[in-house]
Amino acid sequence: MSADPFAAPRAANGRAPDVFKRGGWVPMREYGENEAVDFVVVGTGAGGAPLIAGLAEGGFSVVGFDAGPYFRPLEDFASDEREQEKLYWTDERIVDGANPITMGGKNSGKAVGGSTVHFAMVSLRFRPEWFRSRSSLGYGADWPLDWREMWDYYAKAEQALSIAGPVSYPWGPKRPRYPYRAHEMNGAAELLARGAEAMGLKWTPTPLATVSAPHGKSPPCVYRGFCRFGCSTNAKQSQLVTFIPRALRAGAEIRDLAMVGRIETGSDGRVRGVHYHREGGWRFQKARNVVVAGYAIETPRLLLASATDKYPDGLANSSGLVGRNLMTQSNQAVFGTMAQEVRWYKGPPSLSLTEHWNYDDRKDFAGGYCWMAQGPLPVEWVSVQTSARGLWGQALRDEMEKYNHQVGLKMVGEMLPDERNRVTLANETDRYGLRVARVTYSWGDNDKALIQHALGQMQTSLEAVGAKDIFRQEDDTNHLAGTARMGDDPATSVVSADCRSWDIPNLWVCDGSIFPTTGGVNPSLTITSIAMRTADRIRTLAARGEL
Amino acid sequence: MADRYPGYDVMAKRWTESWNETTRQVIDRRLAVAHEPRFFSAAEWRTLNAVCDRIMPQPRDRPPVPLPAYVDQKMADGLLDGYRYAELPPQGEAWQRGLAALDAAALEAHGAVFHALAAEQQDGLLRSMQEGSLTGAAWRGMPCKLFFEHRVIPDITHAYYAHPVAWNEIGFGGPASPRGYVRMGLDRRDPWEAVEAAPDEQVDARRKTDHVG
Repeated sequence: MSADPFAAPRAANGRAPDVFKRGGWVPMREYGENEAVDFVVVGTGAGGAPLIAGLAEGGFSVVGFDAGPYFRPLEDFASDEREQEKLYWTDERIVDGANPITMGGKNSGKAVGGSTVHFAMVSLRFRPEWFRSRSSLGYGADWPLDWREMWDYYAKAEQALSIAGPVSYPWGPKRPRYPYRAHEMNGAAELLARGAEAMGLKWTPTPLATVSAPHGKSPPCVYRGFCRFGCSTNAKQSQLVTFIPRALRAGAEIRDLAMVGRIETGSDGRVRGVHYHREGGWRFQKARNVVVAGYAIETPRLLLASATDKYPDGLANSSGLVGRNLMTQSNQAVFGTMAQEVRWYKGPPSLSLTEHWNYDDRKDFAGGYCWMAQGPLPVEWVSVQTSARGLWGQALRDEMEKYNHQVGLKMVGEMLPDERNRVTLANETDRYGLRVARVTYSWGDNDKALIQHALGQMQTSLEAVGAKDIFRQEDDTNHLAGTARMGDDPATSVVSADCRSWDIPNLWVCDGSIFPTTGGVNPSLTITSIAMRTADRIRTLAARGEL
Repeated sequence: MADRYPGYDVMAKRWTESWNETTRQVIDRRLAVAHEPRFFSAAEWRTLNAVCDRIMPQPRDRPPVPLPAYVDQKMADGLLDGYRYAELPPQGEAWQRGLAALDAAALEAHGAVFHALAAEQQDGLLRSMQEGSLTGAAWRGMPCKLFFEHRVIPDITHAYYAHPVAWNEIGFGGPASPRGYVRMGLDRRDPWEAVEAAPDEQVDARRKTDHVG
């Protein structure tokens, strides 16, 4: 065993952890703090890592910062739900509003690789119309991106992450074959399929970012079922084992256990670098450009906390929209009990799904959703039983004993942007002395209507496969988006289609914060695709002398 | 009641391909939790023990999973959830205030502190807390319903279902690295998974369980 990854930075002294080898190292280039690097990227997750790699491969000097540790999965990851909470952002955040968001495992990560280290690997494309939901579907906001260009970047992201998916995808415009064959389905996934077929709905094995055959140093998935608690075999194609190693090979530096607390701006109004906390003290890294990629809570928190006399409302905030239009996704579920043994703990948790394309747009609410097979592990499952049904005592024990016969369907649903849902700074401070985020969230009438529709559909599906004692989990959410939306108009958006801030030309945002709408599928593939596009755009802009 | 998985013990797989060294160390540390409080006072500890006994009652024919010890460990080590309802104080303070308020409510309703009450009386007070109907100066503005839902329930029940004893009861496979699973479909069981027994099949299931590993 190597030293504790939380005790001291591992990426230092010209080397970084080799994520494929116990105790292993790979060489890493380092940059001085006083030499202005071309790019500092704050965050190394689904948005940050592809950008760090893309920029380094384009010949830029890049330093990527992450507040979390640099894990070697083979030696650091236990096969255990509780222990692996170390992958989450568990620092204090205050939640309020009519429907406070449960933070932690389902929408945050604190590690090199970000939340992709523990995400469920579901890798879906947005529906083309969602990029123009305002003009073509009448709700939300239009994106400044064209879906056809996104289709190309989705294909690139699917290649880069070796997505395992079906030979032909049932919905939407043509897409290329997935690079790896679909995974075998488990009992829970099979029950989704049977239910969908009984309802006349199409379904598909879920495209997943875990390999179904060897890839490089990644072995095929062995169906441990602990995917959301970190993959201890490296089958999962997280950013930690894909774009981060690429970034290092291309000459990028990664600084782990490095919490960026403030972006410094100069008298010319431009960004000069970042103040960050590492090894017990505050330090400063000079940079020609800063990219914020901390996701929908930490990104606005950093922009707001970097306020100056010149920018009293925070950086990139002349629109007043930094921190606003926070979105989560509805994640309600329906569960039941089968006569058969399902043993849903085996394999990736969501091996099959049915998507929004099953429904036409003539319904009494806006937005889309999909639902997926489920495989909660015991702690997650008791959390469902207690929160959805209010059980405790012997009644709880009796229900928990049915674990191996349970089946469930869980939605990922689109919630609409609302300026009142937002991230602000609370007066409390964290261990770095930084003001903690206050996260305010309330569901709108449309959100509630979409949820009820989905719950009804999922219940019908479970009834069709003979599930008994069906109950609903009405209150769950997951994923985040918004708080620094992209757009065509500086008055109504924070960044342009290139993820470049309208106010400060050498300040960029590249993560789920830039989503104007959140769509009705898991967001990570879209975040990664946009990051790959942004890297290309920056290279193009630089070649034209427009950086 | 008969065991659903008679004789099944996740710990018996400790030296099989389902457990790697990191996992063995993690579970060893969990089982070695100190049984004496570091965070709670003696009075709080008594109340907490009584609350744990009602939220997660345990069979008397085996040593109990030391749930109060895990709650104490979480508070003493400052292991946070990543979010806090604006109406709730920080987690340790919430527990201290909530346990004191529960004792105050017990005294007012039944003339004795919580741990001295009969189980039915304790359940009645816990139900009132869950419904949000306990009020009084001792809560100091903390909504008892939020305390129940976001401190009492998760801190106790998550600790229980993170323990191998609980995995045995529900037939969970437990740690699965590096071996994972092979038989994925409905009604399929790998030889290293728990054998479920119908009520009249205890002996047969126990015989099959001898081969689990």
